[in-house]
Amino acid sequence: MSNGVILFHTTAMAMKAEKALTKEGFQVTLVPTPREFSSDCGIALRFPWSLAEAIKPILQNAAVEVQAVQKLG
Amino acid sequence: MIYLDNAATSWPKPPEVLKAMSDLLERAGGNPGRSGHRLSIAAARVVYDTREEVALLFNCSDPLRVIFTANATYALNQALYGLLKPGDRAVTTSMEHNATMRPLRDLEKKGVTLVVVPCHKDGTIDLPAFAAAVTPGTRLVALIHASNIAGTIMPLAEVAEIAHGAGALMLVDAAQSAAVLPIDIAAMGIDLLAFTGHKGPLGPTGIGGLVIGDKVDTSQMAPLARGGTGSQSDREEQPEFLPDKYESGTPNAVGIAGLGAGLQFVRKTGTTAILDHERQLTEALIEGLMNIRGVTVYGCRECEKSVAIVSFTVKGKTVSEIGQRLDEEYGILVRVGLHCAPVAHRTMGTFPEGTVRLAPGFFTTLAEVKTTLKAIERLARL
Repeated sequence: MSNGVILFHTTAMAMKAEKALTKEGFQVTLVPTPREFSSDCGIALRFPWSLAEAIKPILQNAAVEVQAVQKLG
Repeated sequence: MIYLDNAATSWPKPPEVLKAMSDLLERAGGNPGRSGHRLSIAAARVVYDTREEVALLFNCSDPLRVIFTANATYALNQALYGLLKPGDRAVTTSMEHNATMRPLRDLEKKGVTLVVVPCHKDGTIDLPAFAAAVTPGTRLVALIHASNIAGTIMPLAEVAEIAHGAGALMLVDAAQSAAVLPIDIAAMGIDLLAFTGHKGPLGPTGIGGLVIGDKVDTSQMAPLARGGTGSQSDREEQPEFLPDKYESGTPNAVGIAGLGAGLQFVRKTGTTAILDHERQLTEALIEGLMNIRGVTVYGCRECEKSVAIVSFTVKGKTVSEIGQRLDEEYGILVRVGLHCAPVAHRTMGTFPEGTVRLAPGFFTTLAEVKTTLKAIERLARL
């Protein structure tokens, strides 16, 4: 099963996203941002790629600003 | 020992505060927002949880608009120096603490037009005079929520209406009111709120914050300090996004942990319960003091219109003598003098001698207040 990561501008936003998704029952993990992705912030949120579409509206509703979403190889 | 100096810093602190601070060092000792390992993430979670507690307390729509600072003074400096430029007009009151007045007087020298509107002798605001001073185009209205000398509460909603009517932002110094009086920044029209963690929030010293309302365009508020934020590390310029724009350097994570625990304690206890208890003590103090011959009580002398701060003097005695004797002979700890607010003492007619200030807190008992009144009665006689 492949994973993806959500990248953020700031750690505070990563925390906000983690809270919003965990509250909705999603299994997400805060991880160090993989160096291959250019990011503003050192922490990223790893999630099962199959949930990529399902998490979008939740982040939107929680006013989470996402810098980028990347699929992990 | 009876501690009546809660307006300087609240004491004692709830045991939860001490535990949260020691837990942070023991179990979440990484640098929040810098590295990506588990200890760094654990610390970042504590910082974010406290951001949420602060946002909840003040009804701030977004925890990322809560900026952590060392104290209310730094938060006020951030707002004042960040917003005001030469040629801008700022209006304040004659009841301010030096945390607001000194930056404003300095900015005045740098070309800001400053108007200090005189308050009434009891510390209450002269609203018509204030409205007249806030002319269209005024950039900022800055005022204290509750006086640190007499406890007098300012009518923030009315002042906000005046400020917004002229196109100005309203900055509030909530050092003495945060976590004691109900504060809803959206409903009360507060654009910027400066608070400290070590008074009403029952947290440690060295942590406070600036809450930035939705209407403030942060591209127009320069940061007071620039530096590492753990974000945009490939760039040599300060990021524009919040909270990083105003939070350079490693934050006081231990202090933030303590602040979070203090605010949780306040939320669970209920601000209404805290306020009711403090008002009961304040009422007993004011009533008791006014019955002692030779004692003058300052401020509006109505506990509903003030926080738990009571200032008085005794005829024929210096304030330092009263303070020293209360400490040495009775173990009662108070603060005497000018309390970093010379303009407020001028307003109330107590400059340059100052006053004796009694500030009970949530953990003060009515019995302690009664003991204190007896001691003051004896001191006033002898």
